[in-house]
Amino acid sequence: MIISIASGKGGTGKTLVATNMAASLEEVELADCDVEEPNSYLFFPDRVVKDSFDCTIPIPIIDEEKCTRCGICSDFCAYNALAVFPSQVLVFPELCHGCGGCEIACPENAITEGKRSIGKIYVAETGDVRLLWGELKLGEPMATPLIRAVKRVVKTDLVLIDSPPGTACPVIEAVRDTDFCVLVTEPTPFGLYDLRIAVNVLKEMEIPCGVIVNRAGIGDRGVYRYCEEDEIPILMEIPFSREIAGLYSQGILFSREMPEWKEKFVNLVAKIEEMVR
Amino acid sequence: MKQLAVISGKGGTGKTTMAASLAYLAQGKTVVADCDVDAPDLHLILKPEIEETSDFMGLQVARIDPDKCIQCGECEENCRFDAIRNFEVDPRHCEGCKVCTLVCPESAVEMINSVSGHAYISKTRFGTMIHAELFPGEEASGKLVTMVREIAQKVAERESKDLVLIDGSPGIGCPVIASITGIDLALIMTEPTLSGIHDLERIIAVTNHFGVPAMVCINKYDLNLDVSRKIEESCQEMGAELGGRLPFDPGVVEAMVAEKSVSEMGGKTSDAITEIWKAIESSLEL
Repeated sequence: MIISIASGKGGTGKTLVATNMAASLEEVELADCDVEEPNSYLFFPDRVVKDSFDCTIPIPIIDEEKCTRCGICSDFCAYNALAVFPSQVLVFPELCHGCGGCEIACPENAITEGKRSIGKIYVAETGDVRLLWGELKLGEPMATPLIRAVKRVVKTDLVLIDSPPGTACPVIEAVRDTDFCVLVTEPTPFGLYDLRIAVNVLKEMEIPCGVIVNRAGIGDRGVYRYCEEDEIPILMEIPFSREIAGLYSQGILFSREMPEWKEKFVNLVAKIEEMVR
Repeated sequence: MKQLAVISGKGGTGKTTMAASLAYLAQGKTVVADCDVDAPDLHLILKPEIEETSDFMGLQVARIDPDKCIQCGECEENCRFDAIRNFEVDPRHCEGCKVCTLVCPESAVEMINSVSGHAYISKTRFGTMIHAELFPGEEASGKLVTMVREIAQKVAERESKDLVLIDGSPGIGCPVIASITGIDLALIMTEPTLSGIHDLERIIAVTNHFGVPAMVCINKYDLNLDVSRKIEESCQEMGAELGGRLPFDPGVVEAMVAEKSVSEMGGKTSDAITEIWKAIESSLEL
């Protein structure tokens, strides 16, 4: 079973939920797909990194000898990543999506493919938890190929995916093919507005979802009313508490300091398993 | 005309709360642009009345004509984005590269233009606001950010405004880069948590990479004074100015529920934001 943990709005507690859920379970993999700002591994200070490798995407290499400057490659490129000048062809790596189209389109077979790293993937172990995370290179705009690559490293039966915030392409890649999505929100007008967008995206992708209300007690009742009207199950409430916020700020998993929460997270996963069946 | 973007590595650190207050403080001088296009919230406080709507054309997506398709599988094999399964294109994953049109022996694939969202020019009580809506599951949020910014700059010129105030998105990827290229100052919101400091260091490295001056605001600084001090040290090391600190204040959520900016409500956080606005004004020479 693959469970994704997402949210429309940022900073609502995705990583808080994903890390505490993972730490409460046995034999679980936690794949951090928030590759722009991966944080989940920080909450496992005793982690041992077992492996790390570059995530590469293909990039065209032009054989200037064979190239006749016909311009077919730059006309074909949907991302303006190639510019053909009388003396040479320029490749703009940050714009290239690595689709391979220019190589196929070139009538002179003057294009081959090289590789360009867009980030790194790490594999670590801590107790019964296998940690995976991707770290996007600074200044690199494209997160989705790295998210796809992180998900390819997954190998166990129970996987938790920590998604990036928002509802754009990185989120869609992170939650794709997951059996259930836990949406973490806060009971505020911003939390509600972004939750609605996220629910609509998941509905369109036909991924069942439930809500965790974090910082319960602040704000208003809008999130609760919306979940009731749209029949979205509220799976858990985590109250706003200075103790939990304080532990989080130091990078400490609150379910380890407050053992009643460990049981709650175990029960939560059991409940999701039942819902998926 | 100057451009200021409120951004953050980590989400939920108070970008929109800050942007709404800055919109209040800068009223008369600024056009506001909500560039957090896949989780836009600023309109909940600014309550824009839409005056003009334009269509946002996102990426082209491929469509396979089932009558022409002979199910040879060439398209699926050559698609690098796993967007084709069972001879059907999933438009959510299609990046519009057109490789499938190139390899299809039956010319059964065509590229479709589609409206992926809308951009709006609106009136608010603080002046003109440009904002957008991306349809659920659509891609190209960076392209929509660029469109919102272009409209905002044109409107600011037309209205002779000194500033474009951009509410950005979290992270360091495509929409963030689209929000900060060519701006005059990035106000980076952070919070004193282990995640907050980690994400802050990454976003400052990105603003440095693009040569954008950065000013940092520590939100809820009193939740962990040790980490707040570490953030201040990091800022100094990485060459980012410390713009100010905001206290933990339940009044911030109360303002949001009341659909007001913190600055309209007054109080200690409002005072701290006013100080930050003064620092911004002097940095941007407004």
